[in-house]
Amino acid sequence: MAGRPRRSAPGRAVSGAVSVPDAPAVPPPAAPGAGIRVENVGHCYGKTEALRDVSVDLPAGTTIGVIGPDGVGKSTLLGLIAGVRRLQGGRVLTLGCDMADRREREAFLSRVAFMPQGLGKNLYPTLSVRENIDFFARLFGLDARTRAARIGQLLEATGLAPFPDRPAAQLSGGMKQKVSLCCALVHDPDLVILDEPTTGVDPLSRRQFWTLVDQLRARRPGMTVIVSTAYMEEAERFEWLVAMNDGQVLACDRTEAILRRTGRATLEDAYISLLPEAERAGASAFSIPPYRDPGGAPAIEADGLTKQFGRFVAVDHVSFHIGRGEIFGFLGSNGCGKSTTMKMLTGLLDVSAGSAKVFGKPVRAGDLESRMDIGYMSQAFSLYEELTVRQNLILQARLFRFSAGEAETRVRAALADFALEGVADLRPAGLPLGIRQRLQLAAACINDPSILILDEPTSGVDPAAREMFWKHLVALSREKQVTIFVSTHFMNEAARCDRISFMHRGRVLAVGTPDELVQARHAATLEDAFVAYLEEAMAGDRENVPAGEAAAGPAVAASGRHGPATGLRGWVARAYAFGRREAVELMRDRLRLLFAVGGPAVLLLIAAFSISFDINTVRFTVCDHDRTQASRELVEQFRGSRYFVERAASPDSATLEERLRRGEVDIGIDIPVAFGRDVAAGRDPAIGLAIDGAVPFLGANIRSYAQGVVMQAVLTMMREKGVVRTEAAPVQILPRFVYNQEFRSVYAMTPGTIMLALILIPTMLTALGVVREKEIGSIINLYASPATVGQYLVGKQVPYVLVALVAYLVLVLLSVTLLGVPLKGSFLALSFGALLYLFAATGLGLLVSAFTTSQVAAIFGAALICLIPGVNFSGLLYPVSTLSGLGYGVGMGFPAGWFQIISLGSFTKGVGAATFVTAYLVLAVSAVVCMLGARLMIRKQER
Amino acid sequence: MRRWWITVGLLCRKEAVSLRRDGVLLGLIVFAFTAAILVVANGVKAEVSHATIAFIDEDRSTLSRQLREDVQEPYFQTPVVVDRETARERLDRGTLIFVVDVPPRFEADLLAGRMPSLDVQVDATAMTQAGLGVVYLQSIFLNRIAEAMPRPVAGPALPFHLVPRIRFNPNAESAWFSSVMQIVTNVTVLSIILVGAAVIREREHGTIEHLLVLPVSASEIAVAKIVANGLVIFVAALLSLLLVVHVWLGVPLAGSLALFALCLFAYVIAVSALGMMLATVAPAMPQFGLLAVPVYAVAYLLSGAATPVANMPSLLQAVIGVLPTTQFVSLTQSILYRGAGLETVWLPLLVIVVSAVLFLLTALVRFRSMLARQG
Repeated sequence: MAGRPRRSAPGRAVSGAVSVPDAPAVPPPAAPGAGIRVENVGHCYGKTEALRDVSVDLPAGTTIGVIGPDGVGKSTLLGLIAGVRRLQGGRVLTLGCDMADRREREAFLSRVAFMPQGLGKNLYPTLSVRENIDFFARLFGLDARTRAARIGQLLEATGLAPFPDRPAAQLSGGMKQKVSLCCALVHDPDLVILDEPTTGVDPLSRRQFWTLVDQLRARRPGMTVIVSTAYMEEAERFEWLVAMNDGQVLACDRTEAILRRTGRATLEDAYISLLPEAERAGASAFSIPPYRDPGGAPAIEADGLTKQFGRFVAVDHVSFHIGRGEIFGFLGSNGCGKSTTMKMLTGLLDVSAGSAKVFGKPVRAGDLESRMDIGYMSQAFSLYEELTVRQNLILQARLFRFSAGEAETRVRAALADFALEGVADLRPAGLPLGIRQRLQLAAACINDPSILILDEPTSGVDPAAREMFWKHLVALSREKQVTIFVSTHFMNEAARCDRISFMHRGRVLAVGTPDELVQARHAATLEDAFVAYLEEAMAGDRENVPAGEAAAGPAVAASGRHGPATGLRGWVARAYAFGRREAVELMRDRLRLLFAVGGPAVLLLIAAFSISFDINTVRFTVCDHDRTQASRELVEQFRGSRYFVERAASPDSATLEERLRRGEVDIGIDIPVAFGRDVAAGRDPAIGLAIDGAVPFLGANIRSYAQGVVMQAVLTMMREKGVVRTEAAPVQILPRFVYNQEFRSVYAMTPGTIMLALILIPTMLTALGVVREKEIGSIINLYASPATVGQYLVGKQVPYVLVALVAYLVLVLLSVTLLGVPLKGSFLALSFGALLYLFAATGLGLLVSAFTTSQVAAIFGAALICLIPGVNFSGLLYPVSTLSGLGYGVGMGFPAGWFQIISLGSFTKGVGAATFVTAYLVLAVSAVVCMLGARLMIRKQER
Repeated sequence: MRRWWITVGLLCRKEAVSLRRDGVLLGLIVFAFTAAILVVANGVKAEVSHATIAFIDEDRSTLSRQLREDVQEPYFQTPVVVDRETARERLDRGTLIFVVDVPPRFEADLLAGRMPSLDVQVDATAMTQAGLGVVYLQSIFLNRIAEAMPRPVAGPALPFHLVPRIRFNPNAESAWFSSVMQIVTNVTVLSIILVGAAVIREREHGTIEHLLVLPVSASEIAVAKIVANGLVIFVAALLSLLLVVHVWLGVPLAGSLALFALCLFAYVIAVSALGMMLATVAPAMPQFGLLAVPVYAVAYLLSGAATPVANMPSLLQAVIGVLPTTQFVSLTQSILYRGAGLETVWLPLLVIVVSAVLFLLTALVRFRSMLARQG
């Protein structure tokens, strides 16, 4: 290593690779509150070191670019500066606020905006453009007037004004990034941090995006903007630069100073010269041999290819032919139908109209053989996060039917070819985007396919890696005649293709060699030609009004600073922002609403109709060894009982036992030989009753019923023989069945099933709330906003409580009308209990969600935690008061049993609120405990 | 065909690696098949047991004290003496099930042959306790009163006596039943969720799509998922039956374990396929979670593990006859308690196998349309 950075001047970091003896005027040491100061910061993810002793000092009120290849720690550094990532070592002072100090950081969060990496990652797909921005505005506590004004201005400025109501999911990538920017800027921050905002965005949108940033900055000159990017040509527009490599800062200075110092014309070259000697190699240009068509049927033919999703035409009569061994490029804005076309060619999607042929054969979905020849790389990472790089490649090779040994060899070669040896035994989850893409390409090439279909393979990949990537593609095409069909946003990559096609909104605008296309538009560069084609196509559809013209209005920032609302009102406002968003999402999701309300209803009806404790069909068999009048009379008593149903008689005791064993009968009556004679002689013979005890509860009941029947038989027998009892029993024992005189199961089961349904389903409603946001990544909005975890949780809880309350009302209605179970007690007392119960249930769901690490575990956990105590220890079938030991503890500690008291009490017992005071209290406490538990489990920062 | 199996094997291994990575999930599986079984087995008493009872004693005689003393565990908790108001209140709150009301001068009236009455109030919402509990109380009280009478009561002397024997579970112990039934419930819940959620996760991460451009068929993916996850559940359930239920709880297992293992395997495949089918219906994880709840809850309620199938309305019984869960509960009881053989359980086993095939076929048919909808 050339040397670790040492601090030569306060706040200046200098890598050993560069010496800066005559540094240009460094801004005076930043006064607190002025700039961004990072001192000796290190950061590790497990064993991987992302940042090593990084120190930079940057002025406020300027634009700062953070450049460097993938995986050098750019995102980590930005996360630390924004305060969304937990500081592990060193000191970060952003605008004078110490990021290690919780209070300072939380106060500071309302002054910063953080836009994470990934297209629209912080947006909510079902929310409209306006709703997304409005959510962020509310999160930062803006009042209604300010919100309306600022959203209006931002929409105008970004050219999004014509479609404020379009859901984010239906926006193109460029538009998503604009909406993200609006969300970031809506609270008028002092510092804007954009992590690779233009990665994966088409050139036109990229141009518009930067114009927009410049305009917005012009209006608020005091605003500091930090942007990380892998596009060096973009970085040239920033006033300051931080060049990073391998977790260290190579240079941190004014852009012009860096160019001057290195003596290079472009930043790209300047960056390379900053690298340590050993890493500079391999950046030389390469040439592509001209393409010669070997003849034969084209590798890929598309004729009038069309794909329709419902009413939306994603691909509209697209036709093109790709020759064998040709490199064919696909360019277009995000969402223009590139991916859909590619998926149709791989057979992943069915064709709506037109035809797709590969090597002259139509693409068929189930044709496994044809897939042997195709390598496909999807836009999003689609290998297994839980397997290591090596395991993923081996799986891929083995699935391509290579033997274990052959797979081993190929994987070793692939790891070497794509420079993945260093990460071979790591899991992709922690790897930077560029390396993940490289892994995907390695996987796609593992079987030496004749056709490679690559969907934006280089999005988010740094320039050096892209060079390597393309050298590989060119070699495959020219040396092995592999046909390559690739989509890209990079013009320099497009220029390397043999032919390219411009696409827009499902249609092909033009096809030809790059030179032909440039000449056709009389453009200077391919990019200009593309933009010209796009603008022409857009003239008709008003889809992408370029930003700028509309932005001439009054300066947005002039509306003045506004402190976020404080105190209780501010707290409620933020919780409301979360809750409102959650509610809107829920209302749009009809299926979830249906399940939330319909699920409990189905459960109630089925339980009410099915569960019954009334025993009415006990199947019995008789083994009558006696066959006398006496034995027949006894059997007659069983026949006469409405509880017993006779099955065929058993010839001997062994058969009886066997039939019992087979479950054909529930009870066997074994009448001994000479039974009648023994009875007459007063010899007290024994009658055997063999009862099936597989279900013990049932067995005990059958025994009791049988004894009752026999008793009846004896009385009858005696009466007939003239033995009349002279004395009545000395006492009358009078059982009085209270609450449920008719002893009908439905009266007891209905309140219980309401209890069960209202724990199972509301808990499941919230169980994914947090863990899903963690998996998708939108939880970053919590980290980057001044909102607290408490506000976030309450916002996640209340809408679901309301939906569950509707489900509760439906259940009560069904019980009273359809099931005919009267509500004897107070509806209000019941409803108040239900409300508390639902808070506890949804709180429990959030607790599960905060605790688990995957959605699968959350669903399973919620199911298990609710079903076992809900069914066994909450009084549904067995009263809580009869439980003992651990079961009693579980029953008392779980909210369901307490609501059972309220439900049963209100419906069947007709008692009122006064009886439920303890239950109310316990439910309230358990709701609070669950929420506090969840609060403690969720961190406000990323690791 | 050989190729098909190799591919399934490869994908199974991948599933195993995935599962091993989720510590919380593995922890939950272990919990479900150990602690959860023990808690349920020890806690749940389906028969009359440990029931709460109170006396309103307005007689305060020797007899009323003796009556109280005769009411004992395991059927009843030690009776408490309360006043009328407390009794009512505690019945309301559900902390009492039986209240025996001994009227003033009960003993004196009894001895004088004035035929006093003994009131027993029963909370009839406690369905499992109320009916049988009253019968038990009646016999306890009658015995004591008969003894207390100065001269023996000439009751209806039986000309013969009954020898009731409860087969397969002589002491009618709940733990024997509830422990095994809890395993069945856990298998159901776990299979549906584990397989269904795994499919949705792969869909959300785009990995299924990736597999489908390789020379891998939908049937290979589906079968590998079912077999790999099913195998984990199968092994966990079987271990739980042997170690937790048999060794720890001491429940005798009557029938052939091999036969039970075969049926369990078929059942796991059937419910896993059901989970996969649900996953092809639900658009994303939250909807899947909500869809799964009524499915497993209804399967449980109708299975016969909660209340006996024989008690359900006959129309419903016909429908239930084709539910794999109910059939599995039925054959589990036959094999494990009654020691029945294949000749007895072939029909339920057939139902399970047929439903497994149907679920799997439906899931496969829906597999591709599910991907297209995503596009």
